[in-house]
Amino acid sequence: MIPELGHLALILAFLLAIVQGTLPIAGAARRIPSWMALARPVAQGQFLFIAIAWGCLAYSFLSSDFSVLNVATNSNSQLPIQYRFAATWGSHEGSMMLWVLMLSSWTLAVSIKSRHLPDEMAARVIGVMGLVSVGFLLFMLTTSNPFERLFPVPADGRDLNPLLQDPGMVIHPPMLYMGYVGFSVAFAFAIGALLGGRLDATWARWSRPWTTLAWSFLTIGIMLGSWWAYYTLGWGGWWFWDPVENASFMPWLVGTALLHSLAVTEKRGTFRNWTVLLAICAFSLSLIGTFLVRSGVLTSVHAFATDPRRGVFILAFLVIVIGGSLTLYAIRAPKVGVGARFDLVSREMALLANNVLLIAAAGSVLLGTLYPLFIDALNLGKLSVGPPYFDSVFVPLMTPLFFLMGVGPLARWKQASIPDLAQRLRWAAVVSVVTAVLLPFATGEWKLGVAFGLLLAFWIVAATFTGVRERLRSAGGGLPAQLRRQPRSYWGMVLAHLGIAVCVVGITMVKGYETERDVKMNVGDTVNVARYVFRFDGVVPQRGPNYQATRGTIVVSRNGTYVETLYPEKRLYNAGGNPMTNAAIDSGPFGDIYVSMGEPVDGGGWIIRVYSKPFITWVWFGFIMMAIGGFLALSDRRYRIQTQRDAVLPRGAAAKGAQ
Amino acid sequence: MNRRMLIPLAIFVALAGFLFAGLWRDPREVPSPLIGKPAPAFKLTQLHAPQQMLGTSDMKGKVWLMNVWASWCVSCREEHPLLVALAKENIVPIVGLNYKDEPAAGMRWLTDNGDPYTTSVMDRDGRVGIDFGVYGVPETFLIDKAGTIRYKQIGPITEDALRKKILPLINELQKS
Repeated sequence: MIPELGHLALILAFLLAIVQGTLPIAGAARRIPSWMALARPVAQGQFLFIAIAWGCLAYSFLSSDFSVLNVATNSNSQLPIQYRFAATWGSHEGSMMLWVLMLSSWTLAVSIKSRHLPDEMAARVIGVMGLVSVGFLLFMLTTSNPFERLFPVPADGRDLNPLLQDPGMVIHPPMLYMGYVGFSVAFAFAIGALLGGRLDATWARWSRPWTTLAWSFLTIGIMLGSWWAYYTLGWGGWWFWDPVENASFMPWLVGTALLHSLAVTEKRGTFRNWTVLLAICAFSLSLIGTFLVRSGVLTSVHAFATDPRRGVFILAFLVIVIGGSLTLYAIRAPKVGVGARFDLVSREMALLANNVLLIAAAGSVLLGTLYPLFIDALNLGKLSVGPPYFDSVFVPLMTPLFFLMGVGPLARWKQASIPDLAQRLRWAAVVSVVTAVLLPFATGEWKLGVAFGLLLAFWIVAATFTGVRERLRSAGGGLPAQLRRQPRSYWGMVLAHLGIAVCVVGITMVKGYETERDVKMNVGDTVNVARYVFRFDGVVPQRGPNYQATRGTIVVSRNGTYVETLYPEKRLYNAGGNPMTNAAIDSGPFGDIYVSMGEPVDGGGWIIRVYSKPFITWVWFGFIMMAIGGFLALSDRRYRIQTQRDAVLPRGAAAKGAQ
Repeated sequence: MNRRMLIPLAIFVALAGFLFAGLWRDPREVPSPLIGKPAPAFKLTQLHAPQQMLGTSDMKGKVWLMNVWASWCVSCREEHPLLVALAKENIVPIVGLNYKDEPAAGMRWLTDNGDPYTTSVMDRDGRVGIDFGVYGVPETFLIDKAGTIRYKQIGPITEDALRKKILPLINELQKS
C-alpha cells in the first residue's frame, strides 16, 4: 500500500510540475497575473508530493519491504538501520528520487525567498525549474520507477553493495546532489533573464547567493567523496580522475568561474553574456554528469546498472534542455549589450583570466573523460586516459590561476597598474619564494616539485594577507573596529582563497613525500616506514552485524617507544560479493599512517600495505575552508537586508546601489 | 542574431552527437599501420626484478602477445580475467608492458587481480608506447617468430576477439 501511495504521489507531482513549467512562463509572457501567481503555490505543492513519495520509499527501505524490487535488490534484513536509510539513494532509481527531491527543495526555497523579485521574474524562474522537474519525473515514471513491485516476494534482499555500507554513504550523496542540483537555480535565473530580455546587474545580484550556496554544498560533497574513497578503497588514493568524480568536478570548476563572474556582473555590470553562458554551462555539466553516470557510456567504478533506453531518454532530455537554452542564448544574448569598459590591467581582466583558466580546466576534464567515448565513436576502439593526462594538463593551468589569485583581489577595478601592484606585492613575493626554497630542506629531502607547489601556496597566503592588511589600514580606527568594518563576504573570500592554499600544501606534500611499502608479513615481522616501526601480530576473526571479518593487529612504535595499535580489517559480507578492505588510519595534522590488509599468503602470512601520507588531511581541510568561506559570504549583512532595500528602491536604482 | 553566440550551441550539438553514438558502441578492432611491420625494438627493466632486463630480442623465435596495461586503467580491469584465463592455458607467452605507471602500484594491482604475464616490463615514461603507437590503455599486440606484428587489439580484449581472431592466428603462426 505504502509503495503505491508513493507512486501516486510521484504522478501527482509530475502533473503539478507540468502546470508549474507552463502556465507561469506563459503568464509572464502575456502578462496574466493569475497565471504567474500559480508559480509559488504549485511549486510548494510539488515539493509536498515529492517529499511524500520520497518518504514512502524511505519507509519501504526502513521496514525492509522486499516486495518492492528496489528494496529487494539494494537492502537486506541484516543491514544496519542507518544503511537501510542510505540505501534509499543507493540504487539508480533511488538516486533519481534524491535528485528530484533536491530539485523540488531548491524550488521550494526559491518560492519562499523570492518575495522581493518582480512577479514575472519569479514566475519565470520557478517555471524553468518546473520544466526541469517535468523531465526528471517523466524519466522516473517511464524508465526508473523506484516503487516497482516484485512477485513472488523474496525472503530476503540482495543487500546494499558492501562498498556503499559506510557512514560516507549517509552524507556524501545528499551533499553532492544538493550542490549539483543547486546550480539549477542559477540556471533558471539565467533563462528567466534571457526570456525577459532583462540581463542587468540585478539579475546577477539575485542569483549570486544561490550560486554560492550550491557551490558550497558541492565543495563539501566532493571533499566527502574524496575522503571516503581514501579510507575505504584500501589503496590510499584520494582522487582517481574517475568519470564519476569528474562529473562532479566539472560543474565545480565552472561553478567557481560563475561565482567570480557574477561578482563582476553585479559590481561592474560587465561580462553579462559570459556570466549567463556560465550559468547555463554549470547546470548543463551537472546534467551531462548525470547522463554519463546513468547511461553506461563510460566504464567507471561507480557505474550503476545500465540500460540504453535510459541513456536515450536522458540524452533527449539533455538536447532539449541544453540545446534549448543555448539556442535561446544565441537569440537573446546579443540584445543585452556590453557593460562598462575596463583596461587590460584591471581586476576585471584578472577575473576574466581566472574564468578562462577555470573553463579550460573544466574543458580538459571533459575531454579526458569523454576521450574514450570519442575514440570509440570514431571506430578506434575503447581506451582509458588516466591520471598521467590529467596531471600533465592541470599543473600548467592551475599555476597561472593561483598566481592571479594573489594579484586579483589587490587590483583596482577598471584600471590598475603593474608597477603599483608589483610594489605592493613585493614582500609577498619575497616571503613566498624564500620560504618555498628553504622549507623543503626541513624535511630532509629537497625536491623541485615540492618547492614549486609550496611557492604557489605561500604566494596565495602572503598576497592574501597583504590584501587584508591594506584593507584594514584604509578602514581606519583601532584593530577591532577595522576588523568589524569589513563585510563578511570579504572574509568569506579570504577564507576560501586560504583554503586553496591549504589544499595545495596538502597535495604537494603528499605527492612529494608519501612513502608506501607492500610487504609479506608473518606474525612477529616488522617493517620500517617513515621512521615508524610496524609489527604484525597476526589476525583474529571478528563478527559484524552482516559480515565476517578478519582483523589484523599492527603495533606501531617509534625509536623503541610504543605509539599505538592499528586494526585493519578484511570483510566478507554475508550477502556475497567481493571482500572489502577496511584500512586502519591514524590521522594527524601533519600526516596519516595508513595500514591495510592485502591477500593472505602461504604459511599464515599476509600482504600488508603500510603508507605514510604526510599532510593528506590538509587537502580536505582546504576544501572545508572553501565551503565555510562560501557560507560566511552568504551570512553577509547585505543578504539579510536585501529584502527591505529591494522594496524601497526601484529596479534601476537598486542596480546602481549595488555598485 | 550574432553568429558568435552560436558557438556554444555548435559545440554542444557536436558533443551530443558523440554521446548519442556512444550509446550504441561496442569495442571493436581496427587495422593498424603497424600490422605486417617489424615490432619496434626495446629493452626494458622487468617490473618484478628491477635488476633484469627483457627485450624484443629475447622473444625471437617465439609467437608472443604484448599487452599494454596500467594500474590506473579502468578498461584493463575488464579484459584482465580473460588474460588470466589465457595464461593458465599456457598457449602463448604474454609480456606485459606496464605503461606510465608506478612500479609499486603496478605490482599491487597484479597481486590483487592476478598476474597473467610471463614477464612484465616497465615503460615508465611511455617511450616504448610511443614507438608502438599506443594512444591509450589497454592495447594488445600479437608478434610472430620473426618479430613482425601480426595483430593489434585496441581497447580491452573481448571473448569474441580472443576466440575468433587471436587464438586461431596464434595457432597458425606457431605452426609456421
